[in-house]
Amino acid sequence: MKYLDEYRDQRIARALASEIVQRTTRPWVLMEICGGQTHTIMRYGLDELLPRGIELVHGPGCPVCVTPLETVDKAIELALRPDVILVSYGDMLRVPGSRSDLLRAKAQGADVRIAYSPTEAVKIARSNPDRKVVFLAIGFETTAPANAMAAWQAKREGLTNFSMLVSHVLVPPAIRALMVSQTNRVQGFIAPGHVCTVVGCKDYEGLIRDFRIPIVVGGFEPVDILEAVLMLVRQLEAGEAKLENQYVRSVSYQGNLPAQQIMAEVFEVADQKWRGIGSIPQSGLRLREDYSAYDANRIFDLGELTVDEPAECISAQVLQGLKKPTDCPAFGMRCTPENPLGAPMVSTEGACAAYYHYRRHAVAT
Amino acid sequence: MRAARVQFGGIVRQVSLSFVPEAGLGDYVMVHVGFAISRVDSLEAERTYKLLEEMGALEPELPPAEE
Repeated sequence: MKYLDEYRDQRIARALASEIVQRTTRPWVLMEICGGQTHTIMRYGLDELLPRGIELVHGPGCPVCVTPLETVDKAIELALRPDVILVSYGDMLRVPGSRSDLLRAKAQGADVRIAYSPTEAVKIARSNPDRKVVFLAIGFETTAPANAMAAWQAKREGLTNFSMLVSHVLVPPAIRALMVSQTNRVQGFIAPGHVCTVVGCKDYEGLIRDFRIPIVVGGFEPVDILEAVLMLVRQLEAGEAKLENQYVRSVSYQGNLPAQQIMAEVFEVADQKWRGIGSIPQSGLRLREDYSAYDANRIFDLGELTVDEPAECISAQVLQGLKKPTDCPAFGMRCTPENPLGAPMVSTEGACAAYYHYRRHAVAT
Repeated sequence: MRAARVQFGGIVRQVSLSFVPEAGLGDYVMVHVGFAISRVDSLEAERTYKLLEEMGALEPELPPAEE
């Protein structure tokens, strides 16, 4: 397919890898933020093309993985109410809550439905006026405009049976939290291309100013990722720290303005809890006061729950790039995509799932 | 809401063009959860690809990354 095959060209990938080898004189630790990029790296074995000194650590950019355990528990609680239809992206269904997951709730008779797009949730509300439809609105900046559109549309139509359980996270505050952490080892970031397609690049300038760290906005195909690594290596070897955009075919400096407009109309920035990481100031989005009638937290009077992760799961360290999935004693044994202990083993963007799908045989030997 | 039929390597889906109102027939768009979020810049895509291709053409036989 056009604009895809070119970026999977083996010849170009090898040329890029060899250029990286030639340019690298010292070890560097780089982090790709987005779980989609982690999957490309594992699937194509890109890490194995790199010189040994270059370590890729995987970031927290998996929306399903960082959705708080409390939110999953709330969604399950709502789904089990007979008057509720809970609508979710498919990836969330197997994510473990503290006692159950949405798939098990569905098996117990809860009306849980999978949507590909938030507009489908609105449609379900429209055609089920006697039921309360709750949409589990999770995601990063990429998904926020679409989720905002669902609330905007419901308000415009005057729907009274539609609400959203919102758990939205933002990338730049997460990078900031990683950088100020005592345990940080990351020396350069590949910023997520689809997040930047929506919000643009301007928010990353502040990070470079404050931390003097190179950031390259990268795409999702093998050639994109290798080129982004090369751009970071060039900067690091030259002692530079600037913002570069590898993913120019999709990302502009100012981003997608109509998408930003609807996001700002519906959501406002707020403190946010990240599963496995904890609370990060001003790192999430919540519904504005004008949209409180669509806030499931208010409509259903859901209490604040505090719950604990299973002790054995090391997803907290995995999500912060401190450990690799294969460092976990439960990996591939007591924790698999069918029976996950933690969210990163479930999601198509989770680092543990990426290692499980593409590396578990290498690990077993 | 302006919408379009978008083909994804064989599958055709209805996609909202709310965020990419300038998209037209024959354009390539990036789609996320049923919404187009960008129109792929064909000039940039081709320019990048040409640069990369030249790099690939210069080194037909490459040593393995590192042993």
